[in-house]
Amino acid sequence: MPLTINGTERTFDGDPRTTLLDYLRRDCNLTGTKKGCDHGQCGACTVLINGQRINSCLTLAVMHDGDAITTIEGLGDPQNMHPLQAAFVRHDGYQCGYCTPGQICSAKAMLDEAALGWPSFVTPDITGEVRLTRDEIAERMSGNLCRCGAYSNIVDAIVEIMEAQR
Amino acid sequence: MTRLLTMDAPDERNRLDAMAQGVIGKPLDRPDGPAKTTGTAKYAAEYNIPGCVEGVLVTAAISKGRVASIDDSSVMSMPGVIAVIADERMTARSAQGGAGKSPVRQIDRVEYWGQPVALVVAESFEQARDAAKHLRIEYQADEDAIVDQHDADAPVEPYGDPVVQGDLGHVMKQAAFAVDVTYTTECHNSAPMEPHASIAEWDGDKLTVHTSLQMIKYNVKEMADALGLSTEKVRLLSPYVGGGFGSKLGVSVEGAAAAVAAIKLKRPVRVVLLRQQVFQCVMRRSETTQRLRLAADKDGRLIGFGHEAKVSNLPDEDFAEPVTQASEFLYPGKNRTLRVDLARIHLVTAGSVRAPGEAVGMQCLESAMDELANQIGIDPVELRLRNIPERHPSKDIPYSSRKLAECLRDGAKRFGWSADRKPAQLRDGEWWIGTGMATACRVHNLNEAQARVTLRADGTAEVASDMTDIGTGTYAVLSQIAGEMLGLDIKDVSVKLGDSNFPPGAGSGGSWGAPSTGSAVFVACEAIRAELAKRLGCTETELTLRDGFATAGNRRVALTDVLSGDHFEEVGHFKAGKITDAFSAAMYGAFFAEVGVNAYTGEVRVRRFQGTFGFGRPLNAKTATSQCMGGMVWGIGSALTEDLVFDKRNGHIVNPDLAEYHLPVNLDVPKLDVVLLDERDPAASPLQAKGVGELGICGAAGAICNAIYHASGVRVRSYPITPDKVLAELPEP
Ligand code: FES
Ligand code: FES
Repeated sequence: MPLTINGTERTFDGDPRTTLLDYLRRDCNLTGTKKGCDHGQCGACTVLINGQRINSCLTLAVMHDGDAITTIEGLGDPQNMHPLQAAFVRHDGYQCGYCTPGQICSAKAMLDEAALGWPSFVTPDITGEVRLTRDEIAERMSGNLCRCGAYSNIVDAIVEIMEAQR
Repeated sequence: MTRLLTMDAPDERNRLDAMAQGVIGKPLDRPDGPAKTTGTAKYAAEYNIPGCVEGVLVTAAISKGRVASIDDSSVMSMPGVIAVIADERMTARSAQGGAGKSPVRQIDRVEYWGQPVALVVAESFEQARDAAKHLRIEYQADEDAIVDQHDADAPVEPYGDPVVQGDLGHVMKQAAFAVDVTYTTECHNSAPMEPHASIAEWDGDKLTVHTSLQMIKYNVKEMADALGLSTEKVRLLSPYVGGGFGSKLGVSVEGAAAAVAAIKLKRPVRVVLLRQQVFQCVMRRSETTQRLRLAADKDGRLIGFGHEAKVSNLPDEDFAEPVTQASEFLYPGKNRTLRVDLARIHLVTAGSVRAPGEAVGMQCLESAMDELANQIGIDPVELRLRNIPERHPSKDIPYSSRKLAECLRDGAKRFGWSADRKPAQLRDGEWWIGTGMATACRVHNLNEAQARVTLRADGTAEVASDMTDIGTGTYAVLSQIAGEMLGLDIKDVSVKLGDSNFPPGAGSGGSWGAPSTGSAVFVACEAIRAELAKRLGCTETELTLRDGFATAGNRRVALTDVLSGDHFEEVGHFKAGKITDAFSAAMYGAFFAEVGVNAYTGEVRVRRFQGTFGFGRPLNAKTATSQCMGGMVWGIGSALTEDLVFDKRNGHIVNPDLAEYHLPVNLDVPKLDVVLLDERDPAASPLQAKGVGELGICGAAGAICNAIYHASGVRVRSYPITPDKVLAELPEP
């Protein structure tokens, strides 16, 4: 079964019980995507499927025939960081680093969702224009837990990139 | 060469400020940042080792008794299953911090619900997980398991020596003002985002384990002891640790299990705890019941002080949550009673969770102080300012540098604190709005530490220690200390951590990691400076090192020329000597919070949260600020949501996952405002620095509790302050 990961064509033919997360971490050796709970409760495993964020522990690899998957490794590397990765470093938007790849993948897709006008739980007028306030960002990032408590800095990093994109 | 520094007296030399590089304390980005943000930093479970098989632990479904039988045949014919292992070398509990010996093994004797009883190993994770679910186990359950500290039959023993001075009962009756209240806190879980994980490899003689632990020098001993190996045969590697917060201080249950399996099967074995198992069989913070008695004279000066707590743990565990740790020295009061009682019950091991003692002790104490201020009718900030003792109230020793008053005053000003404390006055739509404050206090600890520093011929340096970075910023601060001392840009200092082959550092625990291991790096650098000075014919204090150049008198020489092809390697060895008994040393601060309390639902939202802290010299202002913020986020969790719920009948955890055990999420946390005071504490360490990893939680929840009272007039003395508890007392909306 073909699928594309960070631009590379791959085939999956493993145990059908394999989650996308375990496939990435074990079979593709892409360990940047983290396993925090394996139950869709923490967001550490967030990756992008055809540009949209998803908890990769909650979906099976076998369900992604033909899909294009982007993991944290597909966004940048230490010598050539994605602007969000660099902003997380500057703002200290992480401590232990374990939730961080998930936060960054999530942030990337979240900015795209807002650009498309998707409202959230804290949007005052769900038919109006979406303005990404701090509260909007915090709400939209609330599926990504950070036990180190870097939230305030995570929002700062995202605000910086959002303003740079304007 | 090894140079030893035993700290017996304050270090007034203040050498770091005499250096020229200018990197110490600066808010520099972490050198480990690019690896962490790009996913290239490798955590314990992420090593791709050929032939590695997967183990999944099976945990007990009774709270006390025996494993009568394990029916291997129930799973051995399942695809991929290699072995079912129940071996006397496997550990039934995680080790306490600093134990240095194996925790209780005897996995066939169940002492708590969720205790590991077997390991199932298979070719793949999917196979192992499936088999672990199907493994048939027969138990012989005891009927007498007590799982509730309030059970009248629970055995209770005093923990440590109580402090009893004067007659507290008497002054409580005589005092102009007196508060006698009981607060409770529930069990917490550290819940690091990286579950505990180990990959063990056995080459027939030596064991190598990629693992996720905080204090490697103790962990090697714990692992070796469990397995019956000598410590030279055990190598542990933890270069990155995905959060620990105390839960990775001692070897955890998957470590010895993976090792035993690797030894038996002669194949590498990976065991990662399922998230539920992190809750069930690592560590909990004990629930606490705390009676606070505060007696003040007519001016609001404490004349009596009582803090008595009851906590719990399993039989045979040495640890009891040291609830009264800061109460021993934070406030005056000649008539004092402090004690901790320990109930022995059959719940998962109670151990260190971020800031053991102060985390829950301070939040209750600071709420009681708020009650006292309200009773007297004075500003709670003023009450605290009036109660800063001259000398330690029991030991009669001086305090080391203590910026408590500055934190209180500066924080209040920055926050825009109002001394008007009348509750339930302000509304914003359906929200009652109020403010609250609390003091932050955490005892300063030091631990013996060694670190190796090498100044290479090319003018770059390497720092190596088995010290860990658990998100605390160790990579950053050690590179800054070495960079400052040796006159190097931190890009030219590489830091290697978390390998038991390196000299033993302090380990990450008790906020002592940076001041202790940092001091070892400092000592090694001093020795290297002395060697350089010798070559330049000057004394060490006459030597200036900056940007890779050495200056002595009017000579300026490139370091590479001074080294002329040689390198210097020194091991710094730091020990806290008599200094620890000579001063009462602690970190201090003040929290100010604004909350909204929903008038209809009792929901609490934190709207503003300010913290001002003094903890000696900040070694890196950016990572130190983050540590404080992290602590404050924990404070929000402790105040409002975190509650590990045990079934009172059998001690099984009702909410052992991240969906039901509620950590604060992003929207629960406002933009945090943290201010670090510039301070030097010569009695704290040769760096004039203290620890910062835990201070931000110590009292934080108290500020929120007090703000809830100010907003709504509801005083909840039972943490976490969930909407049901608030709603029951709310005024008519
Ligand atoms: S690992 Fe997927 S949400 Fe936690
Ligand atoms: S950085 Fe540690 S959990 Fe977020």
